[in-house]
Amino acid sequence: MSPVNYLYLASLLFTIGAAGVLIRRNSIVVFMCVELMLNACNLAFVAFSRMHGNLDGQIMAFFTMVVAAAEVVVGLAIIVMLFRSRHSASVDDASLMKL
Amino acid sequence: MSHVATVHSLWTISADAPAAILAPDIEYMQLLPVLIVIGAAVVGIMLEAFLPRRARYYAQVMLTLVALAASFAAVVGLAASGHATEKAQIAGMGALAVDGPALFLQGTIALVAIVSVLTFAERRLDPAAHGNRVDSFAAQGAATPGGVAEQQAVKAGFTTTEVFPILLFAVAGMLVFPAANDLLTLFIALEVFSLPLYVLCALARRQRLLSQEAALKYFLLGAFSSAFLLFGVALLYGYAGTVTYGGIAEVVSGDLQRVDPAVAATMGNDALLLIGGALVIMGLLFKVGAVPFHMWTPDVYQGAPTPVTGFMAAATKVAAFGALLRLLYVVLPGLRWDWRPVMWGVVIVTMLVGAIVAVTQTDVKRLLAYSSVAHAGFILAGVIATTPSGISSVLFYLLAYSFVTLGAFAVVTLVRDAGGEATHLSKWVGLGRRSPLVAAVFAVFLLAFAGIPLTSGFAGKFAVFKAAAEGGAGTLVVVGVAASAIAAFFYIRVIVLMFWNEPKPEGPTVAVPSALTSTAIAIGVVVTVVLGVAPQYFLDLAGQAGVFVR
Repeated sequence: MSPVNYLYLASLLFTIGAAGVLIRRNSIVVFMCVELMLNACNLAFVAFSRMHGNLDGQIMAFFTMVVAAAEVVVGLAIIVMLFRSRHSASVDDASLMKL
Repeated sequence: MSHVATVHSLWTISADAPAAILAPDIEYMQLLPVLIVIGAAVVGIMLEAFLPRRARYYAQVMLTLVALAASFAAVVGLAASGHATEKAQIAGMGALAVDGPALFLQGTIALVAIVSVLTFAERRLDPAAHGNRVDSFAAQGAATPGGVAEQQAVKAGFTTTEVFPILLFAVAGMLVFPAANDLLTLFIALEVFSLPLYVLCALARRQRLLSQEAALKYFLLGAFSSAFLLFGVALLYGYAGTVTYGGIAEVVSGDLQRVDPAVAATMGNDALLLIGGALVIMGLLFKVGAVPFHMWTPDVYQGAPTPVTGFMAAATKVAAFGALLRLLYVVLPGLRWDWRPVMWGVVIVTMLVGAIVAVTQTDVKRLLAYSSVAHAGFILAGVIATTPSGISSVLFYLLAYSFVTLGAFAVVTLVRDAGGEATHLSKWVGLGRRSPLVAAVFAVFLLAFAGIPLTSGFAGKFAVFKAAAEGGAGTLVVVGVAASAIAAFFYIRVIVLMFWNEPKPEGPTVAVPSALTSTAIAIGVVVTVVLGVAPQYFLDLAGQAGVFVR
């Protein structure tokens, strides 16, 4: 199968993730959508790597995984902390500073 | 796609002759500014683990200051030995550029971080809790606000001394960011400085719900924007078959002599270049806080602990503009007829929205946030000039702006009432009658933001607008001057509020800071005045530094 198809899939996953970030209201789900976007990037990297026949893209994918893991550490800590003080993980409730 | 079916030599090796693997050659001396800071951050984490609580604060402050000073000295040493000019080179297997703009911005970031550490370490503003002196950070970040765990932590005299190593990690990322010479390093540096900032935002001692909310917003939007940046990186890699800046620039300009013939068949798709370039620029514009990616700025600036806000406002902007300059001037100059019209629009909208919305603000920190949006617009006007004077004027503006910002936020930490910092503008009424010195210092910073002559703001604005006009962007300069006039209105309004109004009886008090914050504010004033009165030396310095290595 042509690797270009994987690029279409990556774009589709990325778009689903971006739409999810904008639409969903639970901060955990929003965060999962961001992770989906990062994984779509990974798929694109690997597909391009196969197309070009060099390994740069696969190396990038490894780094992206590490970054995604680090983001989970920081992100979940922030979300859980906020949940414990408010008993809500909805992004709409985080509106103390709205003008 | 005929080559897909072939067995590729990159992920299969022939059985008879294994190729020798060459060890990478790393220029440790040229990477010293970054390595010192990362090393000190790791040592700082170790100190947290092994030192008794009582000793941590002093050890961390000393370690952080010494490391940042050493890093700055390393930058100066590299610049003095000619790495900023004739010996500019690409180090670390093509990952980092050691050249004029990189060293200038790294020096600026190191200085900004030193001044920030002084405000981070301030322990005299908040009243002592149970006999223990406390700083602006939560007793225990993980404890629920108002809960039993928090009360116990306060009673035991805990302080979050982890902020110092976290700050160092952020600084390390920021030092790499403007020097990144491939897209992978760019993305990693972005995350290395963003993740610590998200944590720092959540650690305020007072008004912890606001602080946590700011951290959540900053984190979700920051992660969202870095995902866009990463997808842009993927598309640019798909376009050029490489992620190094020089390699992509060669493919963009059509200079294909050094391109691997194996890649030549699959690269050069202009749709990938345009979309990828746009997404990467978008990720960077989010970090500099340009409209329409500025929505996080006011909330995060307001909710974060004020020393963190000052650090973030100054250092993030320096690092992100450095990366944006390098991307536009090294990677995508061949594409400038495509990105200039878009950036024109961004510049105009950023300047106008920042200035106009700031007029309606009633909170000092939000006001400074929108003013930083407007200033991002002014700096962008210099960025899109695509002339050598564009680079040097942006470098100078960043130096000038970052110290004004640090000083202004340091003053904000001083004006307090029973609930902590009194940031509502109504509380600042008549401050000049009650504490003339603090109000006068704040007025100096506001005048510098407004760009009044004899302050650094004027010299910086003059330089970027001159560069923009020379680059053929006369319209931008006209809009920029109009936006400056609008911005001057609300800066002057705050000054009038402070000096020409009677103070209210229940007004806030001005805390007497220790030598730390006093030094930070004094440095801010001195830099603001010196860069305003005698900018020539620093303009020359920025001019000499204004050449990228490729």
